[in-house]
Amino acid sequence: MEKKKKRFYMRTAILAVLAGLVVYALYTNVTKESRGTLEAGDKAPDFVLTDLNGETHQLSDYEGKGVFLNFWGTWCEPCKKEMPHMEKLAAEYEGEVEILAVNVGESEFQVNNFAEQYGLTFPIGLDSGKEVMDTYGVDPLPTTFMIKPDGTIEQIVIGGLVQEEQVRALFERVRPSS
Amino acid sequence: MGKVKCECGHVNPNGTVLCESCGRALTEKAKKEKLADMRYEGSARRSQTYNKTIIDKVWNFFSSVKVGIWIIVLLLVAASFGTILPQEFYIPSNVPAETYYEDVYGTFGKIYYMIGFHDLYNSVWFSALIAALGVSLVIASLDRFVPLYRALKNQRVERHESFMKKQRLFAEQKGALHDSEIERVKEELAKKRYKVRVENGALLAEKNRFTRWGPYVNHVGLIIFLFGALLRSVPGMYIDELLWIREGETLQVPGTNGAYYMKNNGFTLENYEAGEDPEVFNEAIDRVGTVAKNYQTDAVLYRDENNELPGAKPDLAKVQEDSIQVNQPMKFDNFAVYQTSFRQNEMKAMQFALTNKETGEEFGEITIDLFDQEKSYELGNGYKVELRGFYPDFDGFSESGEPISKSPLPNNPAFLFNMITPETPEGEMSFAQIQNTMEPLGETKYKMAFKNLETRDVSALTIRKDLTLPILAAGGIIFMIGVIQGSYWNHRRLWIREKDGQIYVAGHTNKNWHGLKREIGSVLDQTFIPVPEDRQKD
Repeated sequence: MEKKKKRFYMRTAILAVLAGLVVYALYTNVTKESRGTLEAGDKAPDFVLTDLNGETHQLSDYEGKGVFLNFWGTWCEPCKKEMPHMEKLAAEYEGEVEILAVNVGESEFQVNNFAEQYGLTFPIGLDSGKEVMDTYGVDPLPTTFMIKPDGTIEQIVIGGLVQEEQVRALFERVRPSS
Repeated sequence: MGKVKCECGHVNPNGTVLCESCGRALTEKAKKEKLADMRYEGSARRSQTYNKTIIDKVWNFFSSVKVGIWIIVLLLVAASFGTILPQEFYIPSNVPAETYYEDVYGTFGKIYYMIGFHDLYNSVWFSALIAALGVSLVIASLDRFVPLYRALKNQRVERHESFMKKQRLFAEQKGALHDSEIERVKEELAKKRYKVRVENGALLAEKNRFTRWGPYVNHVGLIIFLFGALLRSVPGMYIDELLWIREGETLQVPGTNGAYYMKNNGFTLENYEAGEDPEVFNEAIDRVGTVAKNYQTDAVLYRDENNELPGAKPDLAKVQEDSIQVNQPMKFDNFAVYQTSFRQNEMKAMQFALTNKETGEEFGEITIDLFDQEKSYELGNGYKVELRGFYPDFDGFSESGEPISKSPLPNNPAFLFNMITPETPEGEMSFAQIQNTMEPLGETKYKMAFKNLETRDVSALTIRKDLTLPILAAGGIIFMIGVIQGSYWNHRRLWIREKDGQIYVAGHTNKNWHGLKREIGSVLDQTFIPVPEDRQKD
């Protein structure tokens, strides 16, 4: 009887180890594609960027406020469409939700030109080496990360925001509850 | 329950066919056989004994060699399906796989895609088959190795005559064994590197028992190999990234978490030249035109001392400088950087001259860096050119008349200039491209005449790190040790004993019976002990 029990436990243990390895292998294989990409609920990775005025902006400095983190390019048509909504709502939600616009890999001249043309006043960080873009795994432009006051991602919006109301709804979601 | 006690007194595990100690047949079937089945020494293959719990059933399933073979066959067949059409990884990246297979290969392609064969080697079921093979290897080996080890360890010198009678090499003869004769045989056998044990006048000579472990060592190697392959999907063990880097650029090396930066000091493509290079190349040059001799990126590697946050200004410290050529990677810190691809003559800067349209007189040239433009370019003497707009990939005008760039890449650069001269202090607008200038706000006296184009090459480097290689190598080496161990030696045994005035002699080997016969023949040649005969003629 003793022997039989021992054999049973031995087999169970070996099978358990093997099953664990197999499950792990299958799991990593299935999640290979999505690994490293951010999802709602994740902590937004901290970064620091210099804007057109030479000032640096670090994401963690915005803790306590909602952040509208927008990745864009001057050549991208949907980006042009959402900028006026963003500019308008930035003023309306000042102190509660801040906009951080990250231009991906373009020259200062182009970004300046664009900001003047659209009368943008919110900070625009220049991600010349595309490091922040890579950290956030952004593709395509525009992509917007709504970040809650506690620094976690509330929502990721891929593509342009056409309606002002869409942008407003996003602002509301990350507004600090006071 | 679960024990079989042999007449000789030895207690064997349940299911044992031949007593581990004396070799008596324990089952009815084995008693009737003319020759004993010696493959696993008649030991109790556990899987064949117990079949009660679900654990036992799973165990028995995987311990079967038949099941193992079937898994291998299924794997081979499945793997071959993946080679019928190109895998998703190899199709052009700018077309979606959903439509690609149908467009290119028709209905067959569509079905192929629908079944999921376009990404077969990453599919869950293929991985599951490989996993099943791994499990089968472990369990089938354990299930055989343990009882075989036990049986060989417990064997005693004196074997029962019924065991000896059932050996393939056997002889018996009336007579008595003398100690002196046993001594002589023992010496002879020792000379042939047998380990000889003598007990109660019986002799057991054995050599190369280790060769029986060959298949199991071999399986351990395979399992280590599979384990190494499994580790590849563990984060940090395997990195394979691509970096496109222009000449003069300094970029973060992907896959290093921002710890390293690389600068491209120049890309070189050299071809073999007729007349300069050895004559053997002439024929090929004549036939195909150009034959590449060297693809090379001169690169500098830096470590970022300020690697805390993405986007932070890097503080670069030079680590090394190297010429990366095909098969000559730059190596650092478990990484290797390979030359992979290139693109030549990407536009870098353009030169324009401010020109009076009527007289053709030029008032200076400006150079515009396509990656870092300036707001205005002073030419002196009251001449100045302001840049009002830059469209790197110009693609026509929008409905509102605004120029559109379809990408950030300088594929078709266009510029909106404001030309200020003493004659036109308010400025004149000119829209300039390489071949073409337009006057969107009315006719102008001046124009920006295109002068020159600077280009540079872009190099593609593969950044690779593979920490699983040593494990794969270890698995491969152990695999080969197992193969050699099992192939180049034979496990040989010779039993001699006397009982009731009868001399019994039996021999066994796991392969190469001829060799064993010759060896035994030469040892027993000058003695009264009969030379065992092969009873299985084929």
